[in-house]
Amino acid sequence: MTGEAILELRQVTKQYVMGDVTLNALKDVNLALYRNEYAAFIGPSGSGKTTLMNIVGCLDKPTSGEYILNSTPVAEQDDNALARIRNREIGFVFQNFNLLGRANALHNVMQPLIYRGVPLGERKRMATEALQNVGLGDRLHHLPNQLSGGQRQRVAIARALVGKPSILLADEPTGNLDSSTSSDVMTMFDALHRAGHTIIIVTHDQNIANHCRRVIRMMDGQILSDTATAGKEENLEALRRV
Amino acid sequence: MYTLMESLRSAFQAIRAHALRSFLTMLGIVIGVMAVIAVVSLIQGFSNSVTSEFKGMGANSLTIQPYLPRKERLAGKIAKITPDDLLAIQRGVTGISGLSPILPVGRFFGTVKYRDRSTHSRILGTTPSFALSNGQYPDRGRFITPDDDLRHHHVAVIGVTLVKKLHLPADPLGHYIQMSGQWFKVVGVLHPLGQILGFDQDNRVIIPYGTALSLQGAAIVPNIAIQLNVNDTKQMDAVVARITQILRRDHHLKPGQNNDFKIQTPAQLLGTFTKVLNSITLILGGIVAISLLVGGIGIMNIMLVSVTERTREIGIMKSLGARRRDILMQFLIEAVTLALIGGTIGLLLGYGIGMLVAHAVPAFRGAHVPLWAVVLAFGFSGGVGVIFGIVPAAKAAALDPIEALRYE
Repeated sequence: MTGEAILELRQVTKQYVMGDVTLNALKDVNLALYRNEYAAFIGPSGSGKTTLMNIVGCLDKPTSGEYILNSTPVAEQDDNALARIRNREIGFVFQNFNLLGRANALHNVMQPLIYRGVPLGERKRMATEALQNVGLGDRLHHLPNQLSGGQRQRVAIARALVGKPSILLADEPTGNLDSSTSSDVMTMFDALHRAGHTIIIVTHDQNIANHCRRVIRMMDGQILSDTATAGKEENLEALRRV
Repeated sequence: MYTLMESLRSAFQAIRAHALRSFLTMLGIVIGVMAVIAVVSLIQGFSNSVTSEFKGMGANSLTIQPYLPRKERLAGKIAKITPDDLLAIQRGVTGISGLSPILPVGRFFGTVKYRDRSTHSRILGTTPSFALSNGQYPDRGRFITPDDDLRHHHVAVIGVTLVKKLHLPADPLGHYIQMSGQWFKVVGVLHPLGQILGFDQDNRVIIPYGTALSLQGAAIVPNIAIQLNVNDTKQMDAVVARITQILRRDHHLKPGQNNDFKIQTPAQLLGTFTKVLNSITLILGGIVAISLLVGGIGIMNIMLVSVTERTREIGIMKSLGARRRDILMQFLIEAVTLALIGGTIGLLLGYGIGMLVAHAVPAFRGAHVPLWAVVLAFGFSGGVGVIFGIVPAAKAAALDPIEALRYE
């Protein structure tokens, strides 16, 4: 792992105060991620992986510690600055797709560009291209409820990628999909990784984590292990070679 | 700018998605604006008719009438303007013209007969200068002349209403009508004036002042009103002061005692009328403000429900990079759009109602919606949208993205 880290967490702690009890959702987490990494945050519920994702995705701020994203310290930024960073640097893919129900596929993908002030024509062009890239060029004007689960998740991926973010952040992206659609979606993430994207997948599913090249195992708000793996494609290729 | 356009688009989308609910929400605004526009259009139409009537009376004319406060009238006092006062004014006041006495025959109305028909009409005795000071000239025939006045000719200039009521020929000149037991020859028909405050201005008969005096008999000192024109309107106040001085002196009023006469200008009459209309408008404004308030609360209520319903949507937009401001604007614009659509519907309905009523009432010249009412209605609706939309919008903008995304 060489070059400058795309994101770096230093001694990041996140505490939740619930009445008299202070809960450490994250405790002194140190982590660096580099360009074109394909990482998984894996762990059972309550392990802190979602909190970590929220902080990495600039949805939440750490109680203490530093978070540097693209050489910019973001821990101290205000809400508006964080919104701007989310808009430009982060592409979210959620378990339940989180598409805007009243808007068609095209408008869903155009939405993040609105906040960036991209003119309408340019917005349409970029969104159409993003949808074509995920194989939905013929579904531009379908509403989310007219699309299958796999198609919805592909719209979500197109929306996450349309603004060319630094990091693609996927939270249980296959959690609501059947196994064959899941494997389609994971194949897409694999392809995006090959195309040079930096991807973080948050999951509790080892099979999903097996796709990634780096598995960060979480437990009780701390990193239990951080291992580089060959990744599923290489595993498969290795198997084929035998 | 793009976000503004998008917010507008999204607002229309949200309003359309719940068409019935949106309509019920804006109903309060619709009814409020409809009420104000309907009423204002009628009042304004009415006011326009009356104002144009008053304008015809001439801005520089003065009317002097006997007048006593109610209290003194009840005490048995009688106020009078007499022919002597007329002479005193004629001699003592400069810069005036068209000085003419008005002597009513009968208390308010007198009986006018033609063949077997009779009707009640205002009968005035006056001098030829009356035509000048009132800007009233006959359409047909002539006005009374100085000779008529001097020789107490029995001639009459009549209003068009009388021609109709008495079934006079279309050309009534030369026909005789009977008043106070005497025959009068019709020598002229006045130009129609229409109505003021429902009072028919064309139901009148003008006879020479001298003739009217002789009808009253010598025993009674007649009570008259005096009309005159001030040559230079800038001198209006000075003329009024001078007349007041002369009349107070001749009426032997002590300092501190109230005038027993009243000097009125058309501007004053119009002013009184306008004052009444303004207070009516103000009261209606208050009622409308209340209805708009209720409408606004309706909007706020639904917007609050809408924010809760769309919590997840707000979370999604925040995750995509929407700032507080973007969310605030979106919901605010939605509320304002809702209010303005309601305002527009109300405006059209109110205008329609005004038109219908105007058509149903024949004497009415037509409803008029002044620009200020339109601007006010829109401004108010928009303002209501902003005031009652800001709380729900702020609530939406303040949502925590993580909480909002987790919301089921």
